[in-house]
Amino acid sequence: MHGSHTEAARPQVSRQRHMPGEEGVWLFIFGDMLFFAVFFVTFNYYRAHDVALYTRSQLQLNQALGLANTLILLTSSWCVVQSLRAFRSERIATSKYLLAGAGVLGMAFIVSKAIEWSDKFRHGITVETNEFFMFYFMFTGIHLIHVIIGLGVLAYLYRTVGARSSHAARLVTLEGGAAFWHLVDMLWVVLFALLYLMR
Amino acid sequence: MQSLVANRATLIWLGLVVATCLSVELFKGLPGLNAPYVGGMAVTAIAFLKTRFILLDFMELRHAPRPMRLFAECWWIAIGAIVIATFRTNFFGL
Repeated sequence: MHGSHTEAARPQVSRQRHMPGEEGVWLFIFGDMLFFAVFFVTFNYYRAHDVALYTRSQLQLNQALGLANTLILLTSSWCVVQSLRAFRSERIATSKYLLAGAGVLGMAFIVSKAIEWSDKFRHGITVETNEFFMFYFMFTGIHLIHVIIGLGVLAYLYRTVGARSSHAARLVTLEGGAAFWHLVDMLWVVLFALLYLMR
Repeated sequence: MQSLVANRATLIWLGLVVATCLSVELFKGLPGLNAPYVGGMAVTAIAFLKTRFILLDFMELRHAPRPMRLFAECWWIAIGAIVIATFRTNFFGL
C-alpha cells in the first residue's frame, strides 16, 4: 500500500544513515577510544589512593597553556569540519585552505606542548618525579604521537582534495581522515579536564 | 551556496569554547563553595558532554548507522559516569 502524497514527496536522503569514511578507519577510532578509556579509568583509580599528591602536582601544571592547547585543537577541528563542507559543495580551494589552517594549528599545539614540557624539565620535573607526572608525561606523550600522525593525515588529505580521482572517492578519504583528527581533539578535551582541572 | 561560517558546526564550536572557558573558571573555584570536588565533578561532566558533540557533530556520528552512534553514546556516558563516580573515592574498594 502506498503512503500519502506528502510522505511520498519527502526526500528519502535525509532519512538515510551514512557512515563517514571507511569501516576500517572506524575500527581503529573505536579501538583507540577504548584504549584511552582504560587510561582515564586507570588514572582515576590511582588518583583515588592519593588525592592530595595528585592535587598538589596538578597545581604545578600550566592551566593557561592547557587552555590554549584546547582552544587550538577545537579551532583546528572546526577548520576540518568546514573543509569537509566546502569539499562537498565543490569549493576545492577553500577546502584546501581550511585543511592548511587546521595543520598550522596542529603544529601550534606541538610547539605549545614543547614549551610546556621543556618548562617542566627545567624545573626538574620528569616522568620519575611522582605517579601523577608519570601519568602526565605518558598520556600527553601518547596523545602527542596522535597529533603528529594526525598532521600526516591532514597533509595526505590536502593532497587528496586536489587529486584527479573521483569526487566520491576523495570524499570517503576526507571523511575518514577528518574523523581521525577530531578523535585527536576529543581525547585532548578529556585529558585537559582530568590532568589540569579535575580536583 | 552554503555559508562557511554561519552553520551548526560553528555554533557547536562556539559552545565548546564557552564550555572550556567555564571549566577553567570552575577549576579556580566557585564563590562561596567550600567543596572543590563539586567543581571537579562539574568539570568532568562538561568534558564528557563536550565529547558527545565532537562525536556526533564533528565526527558525523549523529546520522551514522545505529551501532556506530550507539557505541559513541555508550562511550561518553559510561566512561564519564565511571570517572565522575571514582574521582575522589576508592569506588573499586581495592
